[in-house]
Amino acid sequence: MSLINKTDVEQRMHGRQRKNNVSKYLFLAATMFGLVVLAVLFYRVISQGAPHISWNFFTEFASRNPEDAGMKAPLYGTFWLMLITAPVSVILGVSTALYLEMYAKKNRFTSFIQTNISNLAGVPSIVFGLLGLTIFVRLMEMNQSIMAGGLTLALLILPVIIVASQESIRAVPSDVQEASYGLGATKWQTIRRVVLPAAIPGILTGSILALSRAIGETAPLIMIGAFTFIAFVPENVWSGFTAMPIQIYNWTARPQEEFQQIAAGGIIILLAMLLIMNSIAVLIRNKFSKRY
Amino acid sequence: MNRTNQNESIAEIIERKKSKSNWLGNFIEKAIPVVLWLAAVISILTTVGIIFTLLKETSSFFSEVSILQFITDLNWYPFFEADPEFGILPLLSGTLLVAVIAMFVAIPFGLATAIYLSEYASESVRRSIKPILEVLAGIPTIVYGYFALTFVTPLLQTIIPDLPFFNALSPGIVVGIMIIPMVASLSEDAMSAVPNAMREGALALGSTRLEVALKVVLPAALSGVIASFVLAISRAIGETMIVTIAGGSSPTLTFDPTDSIQTMTAFIVQASLGDASYGSIIYFSIYAVGITLFIFTLIINMIAQYISKRFRESY
Repeated sequence: MSLINKTDVEQRMHGRQRKNNVSKYLFLAATMFGLVVLAVLFYRVISQGAPHISWNFFTEFASRNPEDAGMKAPLYGTFWLMLITAPVSVILGVSTALYLEMYAKKNRFTSFIQTNISNLAGVPSIVFGLLGLTIFVRLMEMNQSIMAGGLTLALLILPVIIVASQESIRAVPSDVQEASYGLGATKWQTIRRVVLPAAIPGILTGSILALSRAIGETAPLIMIGAFTFIAFVPENVWSGFTAMPIQIYNWTARPQEEFQQIAAGGIIILLAMLLIMNSIAVLIRNKFSKRY
Repeated sequence: MNRTNQNESIAEIIERKKSKSNWLGNFIEKAIPVVLWLAAVISILTTVGIIFTLLKETSSFFSEVSILQFITDLNWYPFFEADPEFGILPLLSGTLLVAVIAMFVAIPFGLATAIYLSEYASESVRRSIKPILEVLAGIPTIVYGYFALTFVTPLLQTIIPDLPFFNALSPGIVVGIMIIPMVASLSEDAMSAVPNAMREGALALGSTRLEVALKVVLPAALSGVIASFVLAISRAIGETMIVTIAGGSSPTLTFDPTDSIQTMTAFIVQASLGDASYGSIIYFSIYAVGITLFIFTLIINMIAQYISKRFRESY
């Protein structure tokens, strides 16, 4: 008598194998679902929006007449917003990361800042809109200006930039830092000439991804009162403004089908912009990622 | 050696050069940490600012509407001029309804994607699928809103003919699609962290890949996987533009997914787009809804952090 009943095992094994194979394809199908949705979304947007993209679409202001509607004001608005958001968020984010990684002692205050940052990252963007509305628009009397919008977006993406910069700074090996100290360099000299140059690809990648998120944000800007319809180009940072996602929202929310197709045109431009930014980020990551 | 003064020793030259730039260097060395510290404090000030704003304006709201009415009233009619009613429950039910529908989409698809990528897919397949999923995560919510309204809703209407144009189902599904990448990538991280020795052990005992995934890897990675679900719920609750565009603006106390609803976030947008003049009761109600949203998401996020910290298995 053998200890293992071969036919019995084979029979049971057969069922288990089949279960395994079936579920493998189920898992694969579920994975493909996301990709299929992405493809459908792109197809829909391009087939609806592409006919509306012409040179005029970039040079005309929004209009009540679908044929004349263009993206000039939101394109300028988004560009101006980034003039505020990018420097403010990157400078604050990298500084905070440098403080936490290079200077902060391991104490309660440091871990409080750290917890606070991860909590901020989970706060819904519309709550940042309420913050911007109250502090920047009302309290500091910036009104519905580019400055107010840009600062709101900067605070919104700050946690993302801090975390990305921290990871990138942490990845600089301590050997090279100690070598720098060993040559007599001071702390700041070490940071400026050793740590930052090594960390900059990671910091840039994180910052570009964060900024591309800021470009697509709608709710906080609606909250601070960005206009949904303007027919002028901002003159300075205190001007009123509109931005691409707000213009898209405005067109989408209209009942006429023409406007929804124009919205698709706006979405193509927005997505193209984000895709370019993401590719730049990937390029930087691949080209400059230095291994020690 | 080209020394300016032959009598100077190397040490003296260093000393001389040091003293020249010394006061500036010293100043920089002392000032930089202070400047960086100030930047770090901004993040705390942001949190303080959020809490201060919400509390201040909410207190104005509750000086006119009782908290009890806010919590228990079954109607949310802020725009009725004669007799406005401020019961948060309809907005809450709308928000939870969308979040629950979203989780029904995001959890199965996200988890299956994670299992496929970490247990079945080859390295090259994983490397090509992951970035595409990241694109899905980077699409602005306004685009998803457009997609929900112009594609998913008409599609659902061909299946459910009675479905109203604005409903909870369509934005719920699309919010779910939006958070699939989040569930998938966080769960996959947790599952990839399970050491290969455990998989190989199970395979050597004759398990199939499915049994390894479900009976070994998933239980081992459970805390990370559950934390990803919890974070996804928080994202679904805080999502704004999809529900604003496709959910409608009729706050209804309902758990029927085909009803037209309004979520907390959608109300905030609607009120701030309309004529909620500064200082009016509607203006203050935005903050009351905002603080409810903030508290909800904060608690959920803290639970997620607690789960992933407390129950993390270490190998």
